[in-house]
Amino acid sequence: MRLFLESSMAPTVSLWPLIGVAVIVAGFILRFNPMIIVVGAAIVTACAAGFGVLATLSAIGAGFLKTRNLTLALILPLATIGLLERHGLRQHTQDWIRRFRNATAGQLLIAYLAVRELSAAVGLTSLGGHATMVRPLLAPMVEGAAEARHGRLPDRIRYRLRAMAAATDNIGLFFGEDIFVAFGAVVLITSFLHEAGIDVDPLRVAFWGIPTAGVAFAVHAWRLVRLDRTLAREMRDEVGAGTTAGAGTEDTAA
Amino acid sequence: MIFSLAHLYVLVGVVLAFVALMTAADRQHPQRFGSALFWGFYALVFLVGDLLPSAWIGVGVIAMAVLAGLRRVAPGTHGQSSAAEYAVRARRLGNRLFLPALAIPVIAVIGSLLARHLHIAGMPLLDPGNPTLAAVGMASVVALLLACWLTRETPAQGMREARRLVDAMSWAVVLPQMLAMLGLVFSDAGVGKGVAYLATHYIAMDVRLVAAAVYVVGMALFTIVMGNGFAAFPVMTGGVGVPVLVGVFHANPAAVAAIGMFSGYCGTLMTPMAANFNIVPAALLELPDKNAVIRAQWPTALTVLVFNIVLLYILIRP
Repeated sequence: MRLFLESSMAPTVSLWPLIGVAVIVAGFILRFNPMIIVVGAAIVTACAAGFGVLATLSAIGAGFLKTRNLTLALILPLATIGLLERHGLRQHTQDWIRRFRNATAGQLLIAYLAVRELSAAVGLTSLGGHATMVRPLLAPMVEGAAEARHGRLPDRIRYRLRAMAAATDNIGLFFGEDIFVAFGAVVLITSFLHEAGIDVDPLRVAFWGIPTAGVAFAVHAWRLVRLDRTLAREMRDEVGAGTTAGAGTEDTAA
Repeated sequence: MIFSLAHLYVLVGVVLAFVALMTAADRQHPQRFGSALFWGFYALVFLVGDLLPSAWIGVGVIAMAVLAGLRRVAPGTHGQSSAAEYAVRARRLGNRLFLPALAIPVIAVIGSLLARHLHIAGMPLLDPGNPTLAAVGMASVVALLLACWLTRETPAQGMREARRLVDAMSWAVVLPQMLAMLGLVFSDAGVGKGVAYLATHYIAMDVRLVAAAVYVVGMALFTIVMGNGFAAFPVMTGGVGVPVLVGVFHANPAAVAAIGMFSGYCGTLMTPMAANFNIVPAALLELPDKNAVIRAQWPTALTVLVFNIVLLYILIRP
């Protein structure tokens, strides 16, 4: 049983390999390990395209071998970064960033967004991250800045600030790293285009990432400015409600 | 040439072989054999991958996925210093700590820009086939020597630290390469053609704005499904980007690819499938709503997506 459809581009196009996409969706919904999902989808797709056992294994092996360049820039700097961490790189960076303590929550996040995006753009993607930077440093600093200005924060607002800190780290990383010529994304793009018979200079790809990276920064920075404003307004209302409630409690106590 | 990709693969293989051997020698390791096997095979792919038949590598890749899926890959034991020790060491070196860390990107960028002019004894210093990656390799070697000199440590300690960081990432180190492999299998199997067929037959792709929107939104949707822009990229770029935007509308391929990848990243910001970016931090920050980070991200992501459609449309206008 084969599903073939007429096409203007090729005489026949098989839609069976699209089952691989369904395997990925099902795998993630069922919460399988991503490595298993990816390999499973590769096997199903190859079989659906009519590959034999040997051809399927060869396609997986050859694909894995051909993309070794993606891992190169990930593994080679680790020894250096590890040695520096052993000698306090992370602690020193934390001390260094504490200089921005007197800012508002939004300003702090904008400064972090700028540093994160620019450092990712020169390949220093490891200078941030949720476990190393956001939880121990950025989120406490943002909460601290908001509390210094508005008083004790209700949990609802505290959670929103934390989520925004994590979001800011992600956005800075994503839209910065695609400008760095040697990082995975640009390498993947140039090697894919090379396979498709188009040779482009990695620097050109990085260059064309700049407009979107700039807009992403502007949009998110604007949202962070608005975060400061809504924070001020909500805390004003909160304080108003808080004093009334506080007075009520005192009455009952008295 | 002195820094060729083949040499750098051997270098990565050596680092991974050290990881595998140290794991095998780690008696307190909770998953000693599974982890050693995993890293040992990965080292072989880099050391002798070109000599092995690709079907064998395929078998090994499946074995690696099974080991990871059965939780047989885990971090080992590492001698960690106390916070006070770190603080003392940080004070000793101060801002000099930034030097080797910044040396990697700086040397990499300068190296890739000057690659054509760098020769030693008539041989090109950097692989002319991929000067950028070769420059990153060279920069890493130089930065490691610089870091060893600065911290008075040996390269062997560097290998131990590399293992600590590889262990922290665990099998996720291999995931980008796995997803790229899936992308190539998809493209061999004609998934891109299938998507292109569906897109061109059911959507009016001869309208420029529609073509731009299909590519941008398609990248975002496929990334939402797969949780990773790297897996979506070959499908959408092979199916729509190259044949329609570059082939029919003569768009600049570098621009199409860069905008496409960023559209994929917009998808990453909106999907729970990208667990390590969106779900893990929600847990790490003890947020009651597991989708709180996605809720904080989607307005930025959607706005950037709309901008990408407009930008791409402007680029393919006649």
